[in-house]
Order: sequence, then structure tokens, then C-alpha cells
Amino acid sequence: MSGTQTKEPKGVRLDHISKIYKNPKTGQDFYAVHDVELDIKPGTFVTLLGPSGCGKTTTLRMIAGFESPDEGEIYLGGEPINELTPNKRDTAMVFQSYALFPHYNVFDNVAYGLKLRGVPKNEIKERVTNILKLVELTDMEQRMTNQLSGGQQQRVALARALVVEPGVLLFDEPLSNLDAKLRVQMRTEIRRIQQALGITAIYVTHDQSEAMAISDNIILMKGGVIAQMGSPTEIYYHPNSEFVADFIGECNFLPCTVTGREGEDVTAEVYGHPVKVRSEHDKLEGAAEIVLRPEAIEIADQGLLPCKVELSCFMGSYQNYHVRVGDTLVKIADNCPIGKKTFQVGDDAFISFRSECAHLLET
Amino acid sequence: MARAQSASLDRKKLFGDPVMVTTIVVLIAFLTLFILYPLAILLVDSIYSPEGGLTLRFFQESFSKYTFIRAITNTLKVGFLVGILSALVGLLFAYVEVYVKVRTKFMGGLFKVVSMLPVVSPPFVLSLSMIMLFGKAGIITRHMLGIYDNNVYGFWGIAIVQTMTFFPVCYMMFRGLLKNIDPSMEEAARDMGASRWKVFTSVTLPLLLPGIGNAFLVTFIESIADFANPMIIGGSYDTLATTIYLQITGAYDKNGACAMAVVLLGITMIMFLVQKFYLEKKTAATLTGKASRARMLIEDKSVTVPLTIFCSAIALFVVMMYICVPFGALFRTWGRDFSLTTRWFEQVFTRYKGFKAFQDSFVLSLIAAPITALLSMIISYLVVKRKFKTKGFIEVVSMLAMAVPGTVLGIGYIRGFAGGVFHSGFLQGIYGTGVILVIVFVVRSLPTGTRSGISALRQIDKSIEESAYDMGANSLKVFTSVTLPLIKDSFLSGLVTAFVRSITAISAIILLVTPSYLLITVQINEFAEKGSYGIACAFATILIVITYGSVMLMNFIIKHFGTSRKVKEVE
Repeated sequence: MSGTQTKEPKGVRLDHISKIYKNPKTGQDFYAVHDVELDIKPGTFVTLLGPSGCGKTTTLRMIAGFESPDEGEIYLGGEPINELTPNKRDTAMVFQSYALFPHYNVFDNVAYGLKLRGVPKNEIKERVTNILKLVELTDMEQRMTNQLSGGQQQRVALARALVVEPGVLLFDEPLSNLDAKLRVQMRTEIRRIQQALGITAIYVTHDQSEAMAISDNIILMKGGVIAQMGSPTEIYYHPNSEFVADFIGECNFLPCTVTGREGEDVTAEVYGHPVKVRSEHDKLEGAAEIVLRPEAIEIADQGLLPCKVELSCFMGSYQNYHVRVGDTLVKIADNCPIGKKTFQVGDDAFISFRSECAHLLET
Repeated sequence: MARAQSASLDRKKLFGDPVMVTTIVVLIAFLTLFILYPLAILLVDSIYSPEGGLTLRFFQESFSKYTFIRAITNTLKVGFLVGILSALVGLLFAYVEVYVKVRTKFMGGLFKVVSMLPVVSPPFVLSLSMIMLFGKAGIITRHMLGIYDNNVYGFWGIAIVQTMTFFPVCYMMFRGLLKNIDPSMEEAARDMGASRWKVFTSVTLPLLLPGIGNAFLVTFIESIADFANPMIIGGSYDTLATTIYLQITGAYDKNGACAMAVVLLGITMIMFLVQKFYLEKKTAATLTGKASRARMLIEDKSVTVPLTIFCSAIALFVVMMYICVPFGALFRTWGRDFSLTTRWFEQVFTRYKGFKAFQDSFVLSLIAAPITALLSMIISYLVVKRKFKTKGFIEVVSMLAMAVPGTVLGIGYIRGFAGGVFHSGFLQGIYGTGVILVIVFVVRSLPTGTRSGISALRQIDKSIEESAYDMGANSLKVFTSVTLPLIKDSFLSGLVTAFVRSITAISAIILLVTPSYLLITVQINEFAEKGSYGIACAFATILIVITYGSVMLMNFIIKHFGTSRKVKEVE
């Protein structure tokens, strides 16, 4: 059976990991990664997400062994691995540029790691054939890598990393060189294969929709530190900061004043209008911010808060509005607009939302 | 903030890789012993005498000699002129190739020959033919123009010969630069109303300016380090390289020669540093863009005709100079009796131990070539792909060797190894043997090989090696299974370049060779000095055949077995 891994997947733990770099312009040292504490369970798919320069790739490269941490210890399957060179670590990486060996054909590329491990020839043949079947590249063994499309090259790179059955599989923005359609298709593939094999995977990307689609857990990083971690739904619906809310999908922030609380149900005032929201944060008082996703807002002739329409634009699957509530610009994605009333620029209207869709943040 | 932990981890990882550590240690030892040490000993010898301790006496003595002062001014004058002329002619050739539509087969072939000349050309050849064509008994001057007292020796002789020797190098440099200029920039200027000349002066030229400075300095260094041409055609016009040679072989003034060598080394080193750390960066900064599409070639006859004629004339002239050499070996007496004879070739092998000379040159170069090629690929790999503490040292020293004139290196080796390292007797055994000759060959070709290896490796995505490393390959395995196969072409051409450079080397070698080794270049020098042009030409002809043959062989191998083959098959 091609879809099972004989080896147990391993967990990865980062114990207060920091990496210091020198800024080439100023000559000053700075933390590229600062005090990152992570515990990745065996068999899970974890994404390191963040804007460029947030330290996600550096973190991944420290796990692979290409960079050495300045503080802290990295554990793979419970063993400290700080002192091991990349070739002695039980990891396999899929690179952004695929990094296929151009002088080898597909078979030899995939077989490379197995040959290094001294696996007998007939077993190599069997394992390579099986893994190529898994990534749907059967009968491509003899092709040179430059005869393959981008998506196929990506599959070879994945097969090459999978075939050695690593304790943890590392991905460094593997899909960023593919076109949009293929990217969506490949991420589904990667997730399918990861789940089929039950392997631990750490995936670096700056694309939030990719992270949402593929991960068990997302670790959102900013400026070398972890901004928030959790499942995609947790991060999406309960962002702990404006940065997180804004980075994951589009977001509106409505200024408000908390006026009362009963358990998780909170009443607040927005530009003098009372609204109901939810918050597990029980100490929040006074000025705060309501986080609202564009698709959670309804626009109608009646509602909670009065607004004026400033932009109205048909996007196909939704009608895109920009409306002004008090001084705040609010973006609305009105899904499946057919049959609904379309507001025009300059119209007066009302917006409303369900209390469980509104999340409260400290300002 | 302390980066101590990563530093110590990096060190531990490095020491977990014994092959890598051994390689680095061996490399550092080699570079220190055979590049830094001889130069350091020169410096010591020039300011220290066993009797008087530290002294500036040798410099004072040298600078008080009229001959030395004149040699310095001579050298700088020639270098300056040759630098300018070579850069100009090189630029013109490159411009014609990249910008002007002259795609006849003949011109294409001519340009190809010119671009290959610096690779296959042994020293002396142009000087020899210059004398044979334009000298007192020259075919052109005496027999065609009837001028009986033309003096080719001296300033103009050296300048012309060196320009013709070095301009192809500039041509190759400019060709690369011009191809990187995005045609859209020039089209934009033209579109806004600039004439073709205005486009050249306001867009192309300013972009090229640092490159021109770069080419000038590279040629300048080559010119003042050149030993062979001033030796043959300089006459009484002495340059630094020849003066130093005479100082040690004629006057046996070792400390004086060291002081002079230090002066020469100082000049080339300053030029080299300016070129390397200032101009090269500037060139890269202005010309990094890749041409977005093909350039519209200039078809205007008023531009193409004069440029074509000029370039063809120069190229034909150079080719003629080379052709002159085999004929020089076939005529009975050059300038008097033009009946054909094989006498000189026979004499080479019967009377002048020609066979032994070719054997010695061939075998020593054949030993040096693979060592050089492998060493330069290893250095390039370490410099481009790995990071470790002493990397900067390895890179700088191996590049530094480029700025060391052969004569200076030769003196350094004499002073450094004749009595063993630090006169201790250690390694004294290699002095006067083939081993030291091979080492000199390696050191002299190392910078060129390393430079081409580095540029080849920079083309290769770093993550390809990282992925091999990540899959479990150690450094040795990464290098042999991934790096080397990917730069096979560069390795092969490095191999042949090293071989050709070694078999045509003269400046350092002439100081170190002992009677037990006969080298072709040394023989050519000897017979040319004596005025036996027939024998010198016969030696030179065979040398040209060997070098040309090796280059052809290399091209054949690369074409049929190189890395690019597989890629081409696909397209």
C-alpha cells in the first residue's frame, strides 16, 4: 500500500528559540526570531504564517539545521538537535524553487535520499514507484526535470522529500511559483497526502488563504515573535490583535464603549447607538474595538447602525460596499447579491450583524 | 544580545563534517604557504638585512638608481597607454558585435578568432611577428615599403604588441556588459528625439563608464606585470618586470630586487584594490538589469561601413601576426632568403632537445591543470555556497594572486624556498624541482579558474545544494553528486585554461627553472633573445598547435558531453 508510512511521525518543540542577525545597513544586531516557544504534535500540519521579514523562514531553516539558533534548543521527537548538521536531521524540505537536481531524471531525483541511506536497489525501485504513484507522476520516471511543468516539478520535489519518510516534512513557500489555479489544486493535494501518510508537516507561507485551507494549526508571526497561534477558525474569529485580524482576511474595526456585561454577552455603544457583542475577555471596560468581518455584516433599509454608501461594486459572488459609519469606513461583502436590493453611492442605509460574529478587542 | 550560541553551534556543525574541515585547513595552508608567505618574505627582505637589521637602505638605493626610476616611469607610461587603447578597441569591437548589423559569416568568424586569442596565445608570439613584419629586416617595412632603419623596439613596440594582446580581454568584458543594457532605455531616449550619437553619449556611455574604468585597470595591471613582451621587443626600454629580472639574474642583488618587486607589487595591488572594491561594484550597480528583449540592430550604412572596416582591419592584422609565426619557422632566413625549409623544425628536435622541452612542458602542465581546476572549483564552492569563519581569507587570498605579477612571485619563491621555509630547510627539497614549477603553475592559474567557477556557481540556485544536504548528503557528497556535475562545463574549461596558461607561462617560471627542466617558453625566450627567429618560431608554432588543439578538444567535449547537452536535447 503506497499511502502508509512505516515510520512514526515525530513532534517538534522549539524551546525559547531566538536568532540574531546583523542589519547590513546599520551594522546593528537585531532579533530575526525572538523567544519562540512552540510544541508541534506528531502528525499535525502546522503553518508558519506572516508577512515577509517576520522570521517564519528563519524559524523553518533553524529546524532544518541551515541556521543555528542563538538562544534556546530545538527538539525533534524529544531529542535535542541543535548540534546536528542538516544531513543528520530527520527532516526533509520542499523548497520554494523546488531545487530539483537538473542533471538527474525524475527517478534519480526521488531516489537520491534513498541511495544516500544505502537502501537496496530493488527496494528503492519499489518505494520510488509507490511514491510517484501517490503524487500522480506514474510513468514520468525517465523525464528530465526541465521537461516537466511547474506543478509536476512541485510533485517531484514533494515525492523526493516524502520518500525518505522523514520525521517531519518542511515546506518553504512551496506554491509561490505556481499560478493561482494550480496553487489551489496543489495545496489540496499536499493536505491529502499529508493526511494519508499521517506525517508531521511544518509549512511556511505568507498567503493567509493557503494557511487557512491547509493547516490544523496556524502560527502567525510578526517581527520575529508569535502574534497568535491556534486553529484557523480560532484565529479567524477570535483574533487577539488588530494585526492578526487584519492579516487573516479583511476586517473592520469599529470603535465602541463597553457599557455593560452579562457573562460573555456585552453591550456597547457605537457612535451613540447600542449594539450587542460577545467577548470572552471579561476585564474589558470603557473604550474598545469591535472586530467585524465584511461577510458578517448585512446592509438594509433597517438595522443597528445608520451609514452612508461610498462605494458599491458588483464582484460576481458578492456585492462589495464601502459605507461610512460615523467616522469609520466599513467594508461589506454582501454575498449572493442576486434578488437583493442594491444600494448606490450616496444612499443612506443601515448595517447590522449578529452578536456572535462581533468580537471585542482592546484598543 | 549575544550571538555566541549560534557561533558555537556553527563551529560544532562544521567539526561534525571532517571532510569540510580538512579541506579548509589544507586550503588555508596552501594559500598561506604559496601565496602569502613568498610575498611576506619579499617585504621582509626589502627592509631587513642580516647585518644591519631593519633598514630602508634597499629602497633608498633602488630609488637613487636612474635605471630604476626610469623603469618605473616607463612601466607606468606603457601601462597607461595600453590600458586606454585596449579599452577603446575592446569597446569598439563589443559595440559592433552587440549593436551593429554586420552578420556576414566572415565577420562572425573573425570576431570568434579574436575572442579566442587571449586563451590560446602564448607570450612572445606577437612580439616575434612584430619584429619580423616591421623590424629592420621586416617584410612590411623593408620589403614592401623600402624602409631600412625602422626601429620597432621600445615604447611603441611594447605598446602596440600589448594592446593587441590585451584588447580581446576588454572586448569580452564589454560584450557582457553591453548585452545587459536593456534596449528599452535607449529606445526611450531615441523616442524622445535623441540622435544615435546622442543616445550613445547620453545613455550607453554613462552606463558603461565604470566598466570602462574597470577594463582600463585590468589591462593596466596586465601590462605592467607583463614580462615576455618587454623582454623581446623592449630593446633598451626597460620596464619594472624586466629590470627586476635583470637585477636578480644579472646583478645578483637580491635585496635590491626584493625592494623593486615590492614597489611593483605595491602598484599592481593598489590598482587591483581600486578595481575590485570600487569599480567592479559600481559596474554591477549600474548594469544589473537583464535585457528584456532583442535589440534592434543598427543598419544605417554610414555607421556600419566604417565600423566594420575598422574592426576587420584590426582583426585581420592580429590574425596576420599569428600566421606570420609558422612562416617564420618555414623560411630559410627571415628577411633575406624566403625559400621554404623544414630545417628549423628539424633543428628543434635534433639539436635543441625539442622533444624533451615539449615533454617537460606538457607533463608539468598536465599535472598542474587538474589540480588547479579542482582547487578552484572547491574554492568557488566554499565561497559561494558555504559559510564559515575563514571564508573571507580564502576568497581574498585566492583573488589576490591575480594582482601579483609573475616576476614578483618568482622572486618571492626564490627568497622563500631556496633555503627552505624561513631558511629552516623545511620544504627546501622542492626548490629546483618540478614540484615547485607545478605549484607556480597552479598559483598563477588559480584566480582565473576561481573567478569563472564563482560566476558559474552563482547561476545555480543555492537551495539545490541545500536540498541535497537536507536529504542526508555530507559536504563531500554534495560537492561530487550535485555541484561538480552542474558546473562540469566550467570545470572542463577551467581545466583547459589552466593547462594552456601553464604551458605558455614564463614570467615566474623563468626565475625558478633549473637546467634539469627544459620548458618551451623558456626556449622561445632564449632563441628570440639571440635573434634565432627561425628556431623561436618553430618552437612557438608547435606551442600554438598544442594550445589550439587543447581548446578545440575542450569545445568538442563540452559540446558532446557537457551539462548543457541534456538541456539542449529537450528544447
